[in-house]
Amino acid sequence: MFDVIPELFLTFFRIGLFTFGGGYAMISVIEDYCVEKKKWISHDDMVNIAVIAESTPGPIAINCATFTGYKTAGLLGSVFATLGVVLPSFIIIFIISMFLDNFLDITVVTNAFMGIKAAVGILILNAGFSMMKNMPKTVLTKIIMVCSLVGMLLINIFSWNLSSISLMMAAAAVSLAYFIVWDLRSKEGGKK
Amino acid sequence: MIYLNLFFAFLKVGCFSFGGAYGAIPLIRDAVLAHGWLDQESLTYMIAVSESTPGPIMVNLATYIGSTQAGFGGAAAATLGVILPAFAIILFITVILKRTLENRYVQAILMGLKPCVAGIIFATGIQMTASSCLAPAEGTAMGLSLKSAGITLFLVMAAVVYRRTFRKKISPVMLIVISAAAGMIVFGI
Repeated sequence: MFDVIPELFLTFFRIGLFTFGGGYAMISVIEDYCVEKKKWISHDDMVNIAVIAESTPGPIAINCATFTGYKTAGLLGSVFATLGVVLPSFIIIFIISMFLDNFLDITVVTNAFMGIKAAVGILILNAGFSMMKNMPKTVLTKIIMVCSLVGMLLINIFSWNLSSISLMMAAAAVSLAYFIVWDLRSKEGGKK
Repeated sequence: MIYLNLFFAFLKVGCFSFGGAYGAIPLIRDAVLAHGWLDQESLTYMIAVSESTPGPIMVNLATYIGSTQAGFGGAAAATLGVILPAFAIILFITVILKRTLENRYVQAILMGLKPCVAGIIFATGIQMTASSCLAPAEGTAMGLSLKSAGITLFLVMAAVVYRRTFRKKISPVMLIVISAAAGMIVFGI
């Protein structure tokens, strides 16, 4: 069982090194390596972990690596798979961080980044759009969505001392309270 | 102590970043602006760099912010903070409570979190697009940078045309490359 650990580490190192575009792109690469080539986990496992990754916080790549590592070689496996997928970006970004400031002083680069700023805004808007499309649509979720959007804009514009985390807690509390009330009511209705 | 500050700030990001990297950006933005680690401008640059380099975007941002604040130790502390919650939660779900996510109350909480995260990401996108178009750069008229607004419009059109022609979404890296070229041309002349 422990023989597989170096291979697990190297495989996830390679996945971390060659996957651009964040978590969702990584899921298909992990499927290719861990299900098709190495047969460490089954296709059903992979579908499961993709669903779990969507509902749990944190980088999707870490969710997948931890799960695959654990299934293949227990706790030690999960540690090494996770380390493997993190290390390439850690090393690359650490090196970039030492040069980026000087790099940004070059006029051509500054101009390029003026354009890139626009692209980043669009990418984030686009991510918001697709999350909105994929969310469960009920009256409650729509209200929460609009309130969070307006709330976050107001917090940013007026620099209120509130974070996005407090908005999320409020949304979770409202949704949970709604569910409990609805649940109680339908039970009472059932008795009658 | 800076290492602990970095660790706990990113631990919080790791605990609350639902929906992948873009769910984390508003949280990271909150954290770095509150601590004064980066300004809005440098954060935007770094998001672009994180998109264009391999690996999880959240890890890239954590490593960069940690490293610029406190060198190697800072990078390690921030990165560890951002990955630890995901690691622990997955182990918890796979090993101890396999049915956690099927619990009705957990489902009810997630049902509230998903639209909230969508709204927060959307608000952040509006904010960042507005601040890029309103930046007091050269060519400023009434606080509106015509050049930046022009590039934004051009990029939206490019993305739409790409989608119509190739029937798939333009990749983030390609959009960033196009925007860099547009920036060099528009702001270079």
